[in-house]
Amino acid sequence: MDMTTTYMGLTLEHPVVPSASPLSKNLDGIRRLEDAGAPAVVMYSLFEEQIDAESHRLDHFLSYGEESFAEAISYFPDLGSYNVGPDAYLELIAAAKKSVSIPVIGSLNGVSRGGWTRYAKLIEDAGADALELNVYYIPTDPKLTAAEIERMYVEVLEDVKSGVKIPVAIKVGPFFSAFANTASALGEAGADGLVLFNRFYQPDFDLENLEVVPHLVLSDSDELRLPLRWTAILCGRIKPDIAITSGVHTGEDALKAMMAGAKIVQVASELLHNGLGRIQGIVGEMSTWMEEKEYESVAQMQGSMSQRNVAEPAAFERANYMKMLASWRPDPTGALI
Amino acid sequence: MPRRIVTIDGNEAAATIAYKMSEVIAIYPITPSTPMAEQCDAWAAVGKKNICGSVPIIQEMQSEAGAAAACHGALQTGAMTTSFTASQGLLLMIPSMFKIAGELTSAVFHITARTVATHALSIFGDHSDVMAVRSTGWALLFGNSVQEVMDFALIAQASTLEARVPFLNIMDGFRTSHEVMKIEELSDDDVRAMIDDELVRKHRARALSPDHPVVRGTAQNPDVFFQARETVNPFYAATPTIVQNAMNRFASLTGRQYHLFDYVGAPDAERVVVLMGSACETAQETAEYLAQQGEKVGMIKVRLYRPFDAEALVAAMPPTVKAVAVLDRTKEPGAAGEPLYQDVVTALAETVATGKAPFAAMPRVIGGRYGLSSKEFTPAMCKAVFDELTLKSPKNHFTVGITDDVTHTSLAYDPSFSTEPEDVVRAIFWGLGADGTVGANKNSVKIIGEETPNAAQGYFVYDSKKSGSVTTSHLRFGPRPIHSTYLINHANFVAIHQFGFVERYPVLESAVKGAVVLLNSPFPADEVWDKLPAEFQQQVLAKDLKLWTMDAYDVAKATGMGVRINTIMQTAFFAISGVLPRDEAIAQIKNAIKKTYGKRGEAVVQKNYAAVDAALEHLHEVKIPGREPGSLRMPPVVSPEAPEFVRTVTAQMIAGRGDSLPVSAMPVDGTFPTATTQWEKRNIALEVPVWEPDVCIQCGKCVLVCPHACIRSKVYDGALLADAPATFKSTAAKWRELADQKFTIQVAVEDCTGCTLCVEACPAKDKSQVGRKAINMAPQRPLRETEAANLEFFLGLPDMPKDNETLRFNTIKNIQLLRPLFEYSGACAGCGETPYVKLLTQLFGDRAIIANATGCSSIYGGNLPTTPYCVNKDGLGPAWNNSLFEDAAEFGLGFRLTLEQQAQYARLLVEQLRPALGDALADGLLTADQTTESGITAQRRRVAELQQKLAGSKDNAALELLSVAGALVKKSVWSLGGDGWAYDIGYGGLDHVFSTSHDVNLLVMDTEVYSNTGGQASKSTARGAVAKFAASGKPASKKDLGRMAMNYGSVYVASVALGANDAQTVRAFIEAESYPGPSLIIAYSHCISHGIDMAKGLNQQKLAVDSGAVLLYRYDPRLAAEGKSPLQIDSKPPSIPLSDFIYTENRYRMLQQADPATAARLLAAAQADVQARWQMYQHLAAAPVPGSA
Repeated sequence: MDMTTTYMGLTLEHPVVPSASPLSKNLDGIRRLEDAGAPAVVMYSLFEEQIDAESHRLDHFLSYGEESFAEAISYFPDLGSYNVGPDAYLELIAAAKKSVSIPVIGSLNGVSRGGWTRYAKLIEDAGADALELNVYYIPTDPKLTAAEIERMYVEVLEDVKSGVKIPVAIKVGPFFSAFANTASALGEAGADGLVLFNRFYQPDFDLENLEVVPHLVLSDSDELRLPLRWTAILCGRIKPDIAITSGVHTGEDALKAMMAGAKIVQVASELLHNGLGRIQGIVGEMSTWMEEKEYESVAQMQGSMSQRNVAEPAAFERANYMKMLASWRPDPTGALI
Repeated sequence: MPRRIVTIDGNEAAATIAYKMSEVIAIYPITPSTPMAEQCDAWAAVGKKNICGSVPIIQEMQSEAGAAAACHGALQTGAMTTSFTASQGLLLMIPSMFKIAGELTSAVFHITARTVATHALSIFGDHSDVMAVRSTGWALLFGNSVQEVMDFALIAQASTLEARVPFLNIMDGFRTSHEVMKIEELSDDDVRAMIDDELVRKHRARALSPDHPVVRGTAQNPDVFFQARETVNPFYAATPTIVQNAMNRFASLTGRQYHLFDYVGAPDAERVVVLMGSACETAQETAEYLAQQGEKVGMIKVRLYRPFDAEALVAAMPPTVKAVAVLDRTKEPGAAGEPLYQDVVTALAETVATGKAPFAAMPRVIGGRYGLSSKEFTPAMCKAVFDELTLKSPKNHFTVGITDDVTHTSLAYDPSFSTEPEDVVRAIFWGLGADGTVGANKNSVKIIGEETPNAAQGYFVYDSKKSGSVTTSHLRFGPRPIHSTYLINHANFVAIHQFGFVERYPVLESAVKGAVVLLNSPFPADEVWDKLPAEFQQQVLAKDLKLWTMDAYDVAKATGMGVRINTIMQTAFFAISGVLPRDEAIAQIKNAIKKTYGKRGEAVVQKNYAAVDAALEHLHEVKIPGREPGSLRMPPVVSPEAPEFVRTVTAQMIAGRGDSLPVSAMPVDGTFPTATTQWEKRNIALEVPVWEPDVCIQCGKCVLVCPHACIRSKVYDGALLADAPATFKSTAAKWRELADQKFTIQVAVEDCTGCTLCVEACPAKDKSQVGRKAINMAPQRPLRETEAANLEFFLGLPDMPKDNETLRFNTIKNIQLLRPLFEYSGACAGCGETPYVKLLTQLFGDRAIIANATGCSSIYGGNLPTTPYCVNKDGLGPAWNNSLFEDAAEFGLGFRLTLEQQAQYARLLVEQLRPALGDALADGLLTADQTTESGITAQRRRVAELQQKLAGSKDNAALELLSVAGALVKKSVWSLGGDGWAYDIGYGGLDHVFSTSHDVNLLVMDTEVYSNTGGQASKSTARGAVAKFAASGKPASKKDLGRMAMNYGSVYVASVALGANDAQTVRAFIEAESYPGPSLIIAYSHCISHGIDMAKGLNQQKLAVDSGAVLLYRYDPRLAAEGKSPLQIDSKPPSIPLSDFIYTENRYRMLQQADPATAARLLAAAQADVQARWQMYQHLAAAPVPGSA
């Protein structure tokens, strides 16, 4: 069975790619991913905000209380260097490139306009085969318009593209009022890949202590449907290759993603839950199904169920909603279910 | 190898050579020598090599005595060895020093000469320590400046190898050890040229080795000891020549020629001053100045004080000398004169008698004391000494620099006399510790020193508070070498980095006419004039000062700098002082920023760059509007209500005018009144807590955790509110036992440090707006006056009596109604120690005697000008003394022994005086149950009755009883200190107290480092933590002090952490105090040296306990008698991984950043420690109780 796929010009043995996660935090982890059959690896994200925060934090604690009291001019020894900044990340990419043969895709979450371009170039120079921009932004300012936000995404991408030669994917969230338009604009701006979707960790409330607390929940297969839909809608309409990154846990999920038009699926939750063996597990499930259904290759099915190629394109649009409504029945008790 | 021009301080200068020349370095922290040890440890941690190409072994010891002994051992086995110390530390080394010298061992120790504690401790500089070791047989070599300290470190090393006499390389503490100077650094080539490798090999060859065994250190009898002792004479006789030869060789290498005694001044001088140490520089400046004016004066710098070469001294003097004044920076009470004076008198007498002096007649010689505890020694004072020598009958055994109105020893001087050249930039900067002023100024000195041909000098003065401390930086830049080793008192530039200083300090007093003044002000340039007090305005007008202003905090806020205005003010200084062309200055500042902050990350560098760029836009010259000062006046330093001593003496110290106090103002024996912090209203918090009665659940936690006792609570009769100020807050008290009473939480906003621990601790949240707690922060300024009035009213409300019959003081809620007898200390904002001290005083303060080990708790507990221990309405409160660092346990035991003895004697006398006292009173006194507060109160009443009955009696037994009757009332003896004391230097004392049956309570405030000296590792430091002296992460696990004490089976032991379990803490304090034998409380204390957000300190304590890093338990030997296990584990099994705790603290995290592999290894070991300790304690708690079934 020909499981190969291409993503942003990279030819991959199969489409199940480990996404940015703690699994790629160190060289051992990356080696293990390769050993487990990953066709490429998306590195964990270099967070500019985190680098800056670490830097400010270190500066704060090294400075706090110093030069205030004659007997204690400072409170910490000078350790010479502290590895704050991107060096460790860049060294990991360089080391990974030396020790694994699969493509290494850098991942970057920037803050400042200068930061995006500076770190993108550094990641390229470190040897990354491609770059994924992880744009994570919660627009809380009521004065900020959708147009301004969309323009910001495009500008970030343009800036990065103008500074690097390696392929660049952009990973975005689903919360755009005109996502097809946004996706198209990102394609026009030069995106080589579009990764759907970034999952925003939603805060929770602690009722005992009346506090807002972070709450990390790993994805499940139900989350596939949102990117599945948009992949199907966008497939063939925009330039970038599409990757699905939420809710892929089984071969079935991956098959759906391919049929919607994705070039790869990115998996993390499944690997964190059930181990790296799930890379080959998912590929095997795909392959078995494909053999049963007499498919020849992944390429053959990619986009086969995109909006353009299905019998009922409207299924992805309003009709889908209508059908949902039609299937709803009032609960006999009067409660809404 | 070319020599580098560097800008460093005296400590670094000495450490540079010490490190190069050493194979073994034994260290222990003591101010002001600690930075030498820290520097060497840091160099070793990064693998820096010594001159032989190896990395020296740096070994921290448990005390200076240990360090000296380890040095002795290392020397005896042939290593090139050194140590660093000062003051009490040097005194602890004396026994080993006698041995090292007696065995003719080549060694150099580097000393920052510091005052030895007498009537008081002082961290500052004088020669009382080094003068105390002059009989040990060590050579004493004094460097007077940073350059000389480095040069003499090498000369001493070369000399000791040849002479076999060990050397102390001495610099003045702080004045030289901490003065930043531009100097020429000696290169490795210089070191190699000075050190004869053959002599090093001879040193090794003399070492003990089983390959060629000898015995050294025999015990000798009267038959030979004396003769053997005299064998060393030739070595001492040869040493001065060896040193001079080394100085000559050094001169040929570097061009800097030194002599055993260096003369400076008129070649035909008739009046000569002899002295040693940093004051020589000032004396040189003065002598040269006066000689240029035609005065026949000169001065002698004593370089090699021991062995003292009398002939070299007189040879250095001009033959024209008629009068000599010898200045000693020490005091030897009862002596015929101070040591240097006596040596000079002897030298002159002997050489004149033998005809070896250049003058035929014996000059007149007078001696005087100066500069004790870093007291200033200025050209004006030096001139007074020269002037005194012109008198027919000059004063002998004089003092200079103070006003002695008791024994009238002091010389008068004219403070306006100045030798400062006009072409020297003399700049003073007033700042706060927290605003980064000193760090920026150190950078400025470096910039000018290393990037321009100018000489540069920086000296920095810190006040003794650990929060809101005021700093003054004294910077000089000039075209010639700078010899001014005194504070700037004729400044041509004054920067005031905090606007509030204009109404608190005489900031412009030192400004000369036409000086430039830079003021950080929240007010625009066109408004600021009217906001200045008249005293300030008068100075501006009278001296025609040029005033510039900027809102540095605004710039800092806009550029993400927070409260650190350092680079902003530094930029402004360069812009208006004209020291460097503006553009060049900015480029250099940025360069310095990159060097200083680069390793902390680009974001920090960029933030500072932005601050520099924004600074100049906000700098404006103030147009001085009129010639008439306004009506705004500086407020009084202390309230007119303060006691007389506070008004007349303490207030002068608070205002920075302590130097003007005469001898008569000082208590003769170091005894000061307590309860004085209440008069020093520092107003340092920008924001303070505000109480919301409607949200408050009256739990008392905010009161409990406040490190400075600025939050108080009271329950009282509502009728008392009739006279309350309008803004005074009150609500119904939520106590079942105190129904119908009112409750108030009051904040002392003028004393608060703004740490926000109280807000963090507050568990109550507004149900409609959860972000609003019962305590919230609000700007201080608008609340200042109203809350001060409210506090005054609050303090006037009755305190809850401790012998209250309705409330039991065994819960946080109830205890927090008790008046703390420890308030408004100078501890760090958010201090983790002081809540324990405060709790102690709430529970037992009215009967406590405290023996305090030197350290943080002795500084915030007893550093003048004001001290925090205070009294209750009856005038009762803790009596407190700090003896030494190492002896607080024994010191406290001594208290208890006296109390026991006096109680026993008093009981005897009560029996004897039974007829006069009456049976009822006598029996009451002798059978009193003092296990409860009401029992103690009753006994106090009986003692009062006794005193009343015996008052006026002439009977000897009655007089005796009256003098000891106080001992009949239960007293609570406490020894307090940190882990440096308890785990290290004082452990022997603790251990001994454990072994006794005496009722001494030992409270160890365990911060896991030597906090007071800046965070050096102790045996309490946890595995994996970075601390000074453990820069690579502490490799060994924390010593289990509690278990060691438990081994006796007769010691009450508790491990507590207020932030994790406050109720357990309270229980432990009460149980420890009630236990009739020795008690140990190990109180985990978060600390600034942990690298944490101090507002979250209590949460850090909780994390420490949750992770199992700190185990809470109580071991009460009394339980064994009940058949129960004495050990009760009060914490739950570790519920979070250790990493979840430790990596929230910079002390661990920085190792993870700098060396992840080591951090991971140490974390794994530390996690294993946690498991092992938990299991072991479980086992101990479950062990069968001896004697039980």
